Amino acid sequence: MADNSGVPPPKIDITGITAAPPKHSEWRRFARVFFGRNLYLIGFIIVVIIILTAIFAPLIAPYDPLQNDLRNKLQSPSKDHWLGTDQLGRDILSRIIYGTQISLEIGFSAIFASAIIGILMGLTAAHFGGWVFAIIMRITDALMALPGIILVLLIAGLGNRGIGVVIFALGFGGIAGMCRMMCGQALSVKQNDYVLSARAVGMSNWRIMWTQIFPNAFPPLIVGVTMGIGGVVLGEAGLSFLGIGVPAPHPSWGGMVMDGQRFLLDNPLLSIAPGVAIMFLVFGFNMVGDGIRDAIDPKLRGVL
Amino acid sequence: MSVILDVQNLKTYFHTDYGLVKAADGVSFQVNQGEIIGLVGESGCGKSVSILSIMQLIPTPPGEIVDGKVFFEGKDIMQYEANGPDMRKIRGAKMTMIFQEPMTSLNPVLTICRQMTEILELHLDMDRHSARERSIELLKMVGVPDASSRVDDYPHQFSGGMRQRVMIAMAIACNPEIIFADEPTTAVDVTTQAQLLELMMDLVKRINTALVIVTHNLGVVARYAQRIYVMYAGRIVESGTSEEIFSNPQHPYTRGLLRSVPKLGEKHGTKKLVPIFGLPPNLIDMPPTCAFLPRCTYKIGRCEKDEWPALRSVGNQHYIACYADIRGKQ
Repeated sequence: MADNSGVPPPKIDITGITAAPPKHSEWRRFARVFFGRNLYLIGFIIVVIIILTAIFAPLIAPYDPLQNDLRNKLQSPSKDHWLGTDQLGRDILSRIIYGTQISLEIGFSAIFASAIIGILMGLTAAHFGGWVFAIIMRITDALMALPGIILVLLIAGLGNRGIGVVIFALGFGGIAGMCRMMCGQALSVKQNDYVLSARAVGMSNWRIMWTQIFPNAFPPLIVGVTMGIGGVVLGEAGLSFLGIGVPAPHPSWGGMVMDGQRFLLDNPLLSIAPGVAIMFLVFGFNMVGDGIRDAIDPKLRGVL
Repeated sequence: MSVILDVQNLKTYFHTDYGLVKAADGVSFQVNQGEIIGLVGESGCGKSVSILSIMQLIPTPPGEIVDGKVFFEGKDIMQYEANGPDMRKIRGAKMTMIFQEPMTSLNPVLTICRQMTEILELHLDMDRHSARERSIELLKMVGVPDASSRVDDYPHQFSGGMRQRVMIAMAIACNPEIIFADEPTTAVDVTTQAQLLELMMDLVKRINTALVIVTHNLGVVARYAQRIYVMYAGRIVESGTSEEIFSNPQHPYTRGLLRSVPKLGEKHGTKKLVPIFGLPPNLIDMPPTCAFLPRCTYKIGRCEKDEWPALRSVGNQHYIACYADIRGKQ
């Protein structure tokens, strides 16, 4: 009965299992999932090509992207100019190649700035709750009410133009979204038993925030960040198209689309080629984002 | 035997939109050194809330520890700030907890090694290497096969039973004085339950720690617990040695509980199980009278008028919270 001190309990084999399952390296698993799907692989290749193009632009580009050549303006594709020339006779291919530098520079800087600030804000809000949450979320609401485009117009109107302004405006516009995404994720992660059990083993609030909540809330954000790069490049193109983005002689894809629209009937490639470049970049980063998400999401472990 | 945990009049209330829920309403109990205690009661009677209150893990808001003292090693730990350094030093080191759900109680993105060494580094100031060695040793103690390589695995690579073993290993990592096991075997199948319970009892004896098993499984406490506290609607209604509780239940609720459990060895069809009629009370805005009154078949005139009775002695170490004397009655 209740007191079993007299009778020794029957011995039970407490393991029941003798061999452990085979081990898989985490990196190998990542690679298997990530490179196992053709779509992700294509996206990855596109991103790699774009990054390499940006790095080695001076070596690949056949012409100087800023070099005018008015005798050969608005040429159709030929052996000398694979994608033709624009209204000032500049080689379009070279301009697109150099444009990757500007696009990536803006894309990465803006997204990382907004991600870091947004993630810190969202994590803090979700973890500490109460009035901290209320204040941060109201700030986020205020940020959302302030469109980036107005901000650039404002700064441009004050006489400042350049890549820095574009990065600031696009990054600023992204903070609210990142903050909300992180906050939502962190709030749901916070409900998990392992957070309670981390508190039950005596971890401090700060440690719980970084070792328990952040790593579990972050994977979905990777998609947000990589896709955000595509979004920011698109945003930059939009600003340049409106003429308030990257200033004139620099080859920005959005600016090239705008420049080209006046000559759509003479040489449609002027607009189409940079447009296609934008499309490829956005597609590539979206696919890479999806792939990374699938590969590192712990909830999909064992499924993929 | 010295008392290591003395809970006095613990009251934890939850402020909800529908009213005040008195989840634990004056819970008192003692745990002696190295003792195994069973805390029994149906779902929602305040067992888990009492345990979480003692460890100060109640989410505030909506929960609030309104009143009560918890003496642990002679000090009232309710005086400590819930997330302050004093409380954190106790949690996980001297006072640990095994949760009900092994599937969700481990962080899915960290290896078992990281999660175990975390505790050892936090409380015992071990360096990374010796913490790792100790983790492997602990995993061996709880019967995880091939521990030295499995320590680098992620939780998803473990089965439910194995994860609960890891949880047990984490609970005993710092040689605690007391372990709270909140329905430790509810989420695993019966054979694993038996293995885990045997393992826990074995370890508890080996490191001489007290164990409080929170459960609604009377079989578990009957076999292992030395003393039992029966809870109903946020209060302890009966307490005593498990021998007393099982052979001579004095509270109508405990008697009802025991009657509704089938006994092994009884011939099929000879005896009908007797359920407790009615439903567990809604804990929102309860009347001051005994919460079991509407379901009680032994009630006497006094029950309707007076407040919920205090615990009174009915034998050696045997207390009940009831006005009626049900000895000899059917």
